[in-house]
Amino acid sequence: MEAFEYSHPKSKEEVVSLLGSDWGTTALLAGGTDLLSLMKDYIETPSRVVSLSSVKELEGVSYDTSSGLRLGALSTLDELIDSKDANREYPGLVQAAEGITSPQIRSRGTVGGDLCQRPRCWYYRGGLGLLARGQNGKSLVPDGDNRYHAILGNSGPAYFLNPSSLAPVLVALGARARIFGPKGAREVPLSGFFLAPRKDGDRENVLKANEILTEVFVPPPEGMRSATYEVRQRESLDWPLAAASAVLKLNGTTVESARVVLGHVAPTPWPSRDAERVLAGKSLTEEIAGLAGQAAVRRAKPLSKNAYKVRLAAVAVKRAILRAAEGAI
Amino acid sequence: MADYNWPEPGKTRLIGRRINRVDGPAKVSGAAKYSYDLNLSGMLYGKILRSPHAHAKIVSIDTSGAKNLPGVKAVRVIQEAGAEIKWAGDEIAGVAAVSEEVAEDALRQIKVEYEPLPHVVNEEDLTKVSGREKPAQEQLKGEPGEALKNADVVSEGYYGNAVITHCCLEPHGQIVSWDSDDSLTVYASTQNVSGLAGQLGEALEIPVPNIRVYCQNMGGGFGSKFGIDRWGVECARLAKLAEAPVKMMLERDAELEVAGGRPSLFANVKVSADKDGTITGWQSESWGTGGMGGAGVPPLPYVLTGIPHQKRKHTFISTNIGGARAWRAPNHPQACLVTMGAVDDLAAKLNMDPLDLVLKNTDLVGERKDVYREEFMKGAELMDWRKKWRPRGQKRVGHKAYGLGLGMHTWGGRGHNSTCSLSINPDGSVEVNLASQDLGVGTRTIVAITAAETFGLALEDIRVNLGDNRLPVSGPSGGSTTVGGVSSSTRRAAQDALEQILNRTAPALDTSPDQLIVEGGRIQVKGNSSKSISWKQACGRLGVNSITTTGRNPGKGSLNSSGVGGIQMAEVSVDTETGVVRMEKFVAVQDCGLILNMKTAESQVYGSIIMGITYSLYEEKIMDDVTGQMLNPNMEFYRLAGLGDIGEIVVHMMTGPGYDDRGVIGLGEPPVISPGAAIANAVANAIGVRVSTLPLTPDRVLAALEKGGVA
Repeated sequence: MEAFEYSHPKSKEEVVSLLGSDWGTTALLAGGTDLLSLMKDYIETPSRVVSLSSVKELEGVSYDTSSGLRLGALSTLDELIDSKDANREYPGLVQAAEGITSPQIRSRGTVGGDLCQRPRCWYYRGGLGLLARGQNGKSLVPDGDNRYHAILGNSGPAYFLNPSSLAPVLVALGARARIFGPKGAREVPLSGFFLAPRKDGDRENVLKANEILTEVFVPPPEGMRSATYEVRQRESLDWPLAAASAVLKLNGTTVESARVVLGHVAPTPWPSRDAERVLAGKSLTEEIAGLAGQAAVRRAKPLSKNAYKVRLAAVAVKRAILRAAEGAI
Repeated sequence: MADYNWPEPGKTRLIGRRINRVDGPAKVSGAAKYSYDLNLSGMLYGKILRSPHAHAKIVSIDTSGAKNLPGVKAVRVIQEAGAEIKWAGDEIAGVAAVSEEVAEDALRQIKVEYEPLPHVVNEEDLTKVSGREKPAQEQLKGEPGEALKNADVVSEGYYGNAVITHCCLEPHGQIVSWDSDDSLTVYASTQNVSGLAGQLGEALEIPVPNIRVYCQNMGGGFGSKFGIDRWGVECARLAKLAEAPVKMMLERDAELEVAGGRPSLFANVKVSADKDGTITGWQSESWGTGGMGGAGVPPLPYVLTGIPHQKRKHTFISTNIGGARAWRAPNHPQACLVTMGAVDDLAAKLNMDPLDLVLKNTDLVGERKDVYREEFMKGAELMDWRKKWRPRGQKRVGHKAYGLGLGMHTWGGRGHNSTCSLSINPDGSVEVNLASQDLGVGTRTIVAITAAETFGLALEDIRVNLGDNRLPVSGPSGGSTTVGGVSSSTRRAAQDALEQILNRTAPALDTSPDQLIVEGGRIQVKGNSSKSISWKQACGRLGVNSITTTGRNPGKGSLNSSGVGGIQMAEVSVDTETGVVRMEKFVAVQDCGLILNMKTAESQVYGSIIMGITYSLYEEKIMDDVTGQMLNPNMEFYRLAGLGDIGEIVVHMMTGPGYDDRGVIGLGEPPVISPGAAIANAVANAIGVRVSTLPLTPDRVLAALEKGGVA
């Protein structure tokens, strides 16, 4: 780990003033569960680390019936899991947080950190760059070991998976991200927050180097049911092999509207209109849920070693839908 | 000289009972210090630059950048320009610096130019290893061709498992401190306290007696920590150069890349039988890798060595990966997986319950067949096998398929050479000294139990000193040999010392020594508890001189022996939509002769099963064909089982007549052999089709299901 300057400002304005306008020179420290390992491995070598721990306005989980849920970027996963409001109104969100089965990470890790963490691609983590280019400039992933790489949105140059546990369900719930930078605050729908890099230097989201994510707003559920299902090999801490979140509005057993978003299948959270179309207007059954799962992966193009993930993604979608509908059908 | 023996079973106070580790509180509280925990005054931190290439020639090395970095106290080139590097992670240069961070930074300032050479890092696909094959074994017994041709049933299958690592929780490493120009002290994480100085002395060309080795607590070795290793020697050289002690413990990535490795084994097998299940023939063509060097030949067919007609061919594939080391029961788990997998497939083809098939063929296991029969019966009872077992693919609840599988194994475990010195001091204290090591398995406790039992004292009255090479020489802890070795040497020394103290005490009680017994901290006349003297008083009569005896193994009296059997049964559930395998229940039935501490014996079996579940379901050293590097040298994608992944575990130790009277036999290895076979067979039973290779990951399970399972 290279030597760095450490600062702990008290306001978001100060934070932004301490951030460089280019990536790589400064880094934000929230829970630290990702940044510290990136720095120890020299993947990130910032000359200044800006801690958010004293910026109180970034904390907190709150809910009211008219505006919905506000998640401060610094609120921890445990705070989200412990929120009675979140449990009552957005079970799919709490399930996604609970899927992070390390008590240490849930205790330290933050909502903002979960959304902004870097990919787990082993070429990237091995120091070969986000786009894992070999010496000839070609990505190593298609010819390499891609068992944990993308099956959707994988025409390159990015093949990694978006690692966020919360992103799929937040996108499905129609959440918005509030961003603060030198020009003040701006808001984007979370569905537009994540990007697949197209060239070297591109990042995985819309944040500029001197901007920070401050809050996430989730609209009131208004009768929507939500659920998340992760296919994980281990019960203990493990990354999902595929995940999906479903948000359903049911009338009796009929689906009035549905949002389906997959996780850990593409460089970004992956909404599936195909799956949503299968569900819309149908009386929900296990069979329909299964068809929605298949529709969600119809466009998947597996790489040489990850065809199994196509099947797992379809199952995750089916099970997320059935879990969301539990008790109603 | 005493007549060396163990106390009669049933008449022991300590031996065979469930006894907590004597060092348990120290470990739980953190008072027990591991090599990793020790910090010497002025100590520096050593790190090693490792090759990113799996195969390359070093063209040039420039260490000036590292030498100029503030805080760096020593830099050494380990392999010079011109050297051929044969695996990624091989040692190139070392540095010692004032902090771990500075040392890491310094490594990045060393400029190495490599000329990359072609590499091979994966061996399962034989079409991609051209030129890397070395014939390792070809054996013929009887007429296997005829046996297969004339058999009622022939089962043909493919079985195997990937290379895995040792993944010790405490990585390899040591602190080296020079005491003078030609003498040093090393605090090492080692399975070989008595043997390490010889290796280090030879490498450094200093007299072996000038090397002091300590290892008071140890965080796992599993066969990977017998040597000083190149990093140990380099640590000493850096310490000399820097004129300061240097601590060098491996990072997790290096630990997984180069400090451990269990050879892979893949095999095409044909096994034949008569209609009634009598196995008649075996034919196997197998291959595997242990890196560039050899890896031993797997003992195929495993346990069922009496199969009358056999043909075996094994080929070693040299690959550019970190070398193999002895991994807990070397080659046995792999051979067990292949053999018991083939037997399980044969049972399916015969429409037999595999339990019936192995019982039918126990004659093939040789002299211990009755033990296996007894163990299978006990296991079946504990698993409720007869009630639960169904033919393949026939037990389903929704998308979950349930199945049972079994395995059987054998091991030696005779006590190694061990010397101890035992003293009874005038203040009543008792100490046992030996240069053995406690890998965390309870060796200290075993020695204390043996001495305390012999003297009628409490466990806490015995002081055990080990983990120091100035103490009497005791063997390395490998091959499940430690318990038999140290308990036998201790028992002999203790019985000799007891004889002496009774001789000295008899006159005071006005009797002869053969009329005396020790009990509850007192020496008393048999059948007359009023005529007694406390242990402490008796020792007080020694004056200023302690009684000191030396105990050895091997020696007179049969205190330990060799040869154990064990059987294991697994019950799993498989999510047929996702391919995720969950452990439901695991039963292990094991014999190991006389059990000294039931608690640590069972603990060895529990630990083995958890390790076995881990290698069956999760562990794999994933090597990248493109970069030649290990892709998962971390605890994130090198998966180990957690508490939620292991299911219910039932352990039954065989004791009583026929077992206790065999003396002590080692247990560290045998129970880790069968889990792969038992779990893989249970999965086949659940889903109706064999998943050929371990680990049984969702992609492999789904691929097998697509080929023809009961999805």
